[in-house]
Amino acid sequence: MDSLPPTPPTTAPTPPKPIANIEAKAVLLLLLMLTLVFGTVAYVLYARGAFESTQELVLLSDDSEGIVAGMDMTFSGFPIGRVRRVELAPTGTVRILIDVSSKDARWLRTSSVFTMESGLVGSTKIRAFSGMLTDPPLPAGAERSVLRGDTAAEIPKLVAMVKDLTQNLVNMTGESSSLNQSLANVQSVTETLKGPGGTLKVLLGDEARAKQVVTALERANALLLKLDGLAAKTDQQVFGEKGLLSDTQATVQQVSATLNDVRASLQKLDAVLVEAQAVASNTRAATTDLGLLRAEVDNSLRKVGQLVDEINRKWPFARSVELKLP
Amino acid sequence: MRPTSTIETLQTRLGTLGTGTARWLRGWWDIVFFGAQALVMSLSPSSYRSHTARIVARHIYQSIGSILPWYSVLTALISLIMTRIVVVTALSYGLSQYALEMVVRVLVLELLPISAALFVAVRYMAPVSADIATLQRESRLPSWRHDQIVLRDELMPRVLAGVVSVLTLTAVSAVTALLIAYLVAYGLSPWGFEAYTRMVGRVFAPAIALGFAVKTLLFSLAVGVIPVAAGLLNEPLLNPNPSPSTAQSRPGRGQSGLVRLFLVIFMVEAATLAIKYF
Repeated sequence: MDSLPPTPPTTAPTPPKPIANIEAKAVLLLLLMLTLVFGTVAYVLYARGAFESTQELVLLSDDSEGIVAGMDMTFSGFPIGRVRRVELAPTGTVRILIDVSSKDARWLRTSSVFTMESGLVGSTKIRAFSGMLTDPPLPAGAERSVLRGDTAAEIPKLVAMVKDLTQNLVNMTGESSSLNQSLANVQSVTETLKGPGGTLKVLLGDEARAKQVVTALERANALLLKLDGLAAKTDQQVFGEKGLLSDTQATVQQVSATLNDVRASLQKLDAVLVEAQAVASNTRAATTDLGLLRAEVDNSLRKVGQLVDEINRKWPFARSVELKLP
Repeated sequence: MRPTSTIETLQTRLGTLGTGTARWLRGWWDIVFFGAQALVMSLSPSSYRSHTARIVARHIYQSIGSILPWYSVLTALISLIMTRIVVVTALSYGLSQYALEMVVRVLVLELLPISAALFVAVRYMAPVSADIATLQRESRLPSWRHDQIVLRDELMPRVLAGVVSVLTLTAVSAVTALLIAYLVAYGLSPWGFEAYTRMVGRVFAPAIALGFAVKTLLFSLAVGVIPVAAGLLNEPLLNPNPSPSTAQSRPGRGQSGLVRLFLVIFMVEAATLAIKYF
């Protein structure tokens, strides 16, 4: 373009001051921009887990509400996995595909439990719990059911319960409610209590009966006075100088002396019994000697018997005992 | 007043309205056509001969070098203040775990790209637009439709400078904001890096990252193309010496280039917001 001046078109008549090494500076600026852009892209890719090795975990749930791709799965508060995809299985269950980084997969065991919690504030959280870290590691591609806890879902139930509670309160505090009537009754009772003889009126329900109770009390009072006099006389009769108690005491002393005599007699009787026991012992010994004597007598009698038999045999007039057959 | 005069007035106003609308639409077509030509020219390797490369380098350096230091300081301050406010407020409500995510979403994804675009438009492209309009008025600039040399040596370097400026400022401010957010949240401790990186990864989901890239690219194209095209249409972003006849005939005409640029920027922003969050 020959018609144009080499300098940029400006309204000022003087040309701009030339800048040294302008091309190198422009290249440096372009390099800065490219470095920043590609560095940011690389950092974002690293942050998205593009350069880390992962293993797949499939969580099965009946609801995918709040689950979005890219959200974290945490273990003890540390993110160890990231949701890659959420899909609907042919059976109607929700399959949540999670990429667990290989270096953190050791925290997941075959006995691990997975939960999905939805709070009032914030997004849904997927958490893993491993109670037995000695169990075998969770294999890649494992499928596990997830336990759901939804605070928001509990709110309608809570609201329904609060509604019922409020209705009950309204019923209780209504004009014709039992509570209101009870309070009215309490008020009438307290009004009655404030009057003379109010307590008795409340208890008996009638003023005439209350008066009867008062009369009965007065009569009981008079009776007590009479009983008081009677008690004084009884005291004199029983505990007086020649009262019943003094006689009883003397009698008891006599009985005590008699009992001493009886004790002495019994001691003598004991001595007699000891002697009788000794006699019985002697008798037993004598009985033993009699047994020996009898044995000796029996022995002597057998010997005499044998002697008589011998004499009969040897005696010439001994009768023959043989039988002679014809 | 006679009925005929009323009808005549109505006809005159409708005719003026139609003429204005037609001019407005034709202006858009000229801008799009110029933008397409400038883009093709800038993507053609033959455009960067030694002479043109020097011109492009000079414009890039002039655009970025004059803005980058101030803009970096300004965005660092704004990032520091906003991050601090959000983190402290979230902490007082017990929502500190969402503070950094909110800062990154609001500051890096939404505010900084539009700030960079507006900053470049006002600080660099507005004088460029005025210069081109002046040259156009003084008939010192041959028609770019018939002379590709004008397009290659005079117009395309300015468009490219605007595009590169917006991209560079956006990248610098985004990285600065990410660094400041980390420093505000974790201080100089390196132990928050893993959690912070994971949060950044969560925010920059593929769709969000793609939307951010497309939005920034559209901003840069709008800021690069529209001011130059508006200058060619004698509708500069800033018109320090408007001609008396133009100012009297149509008061808003001097700023129509600025209106077109802001309209495109806010439409792009609204469209990306609508796509991302609705």
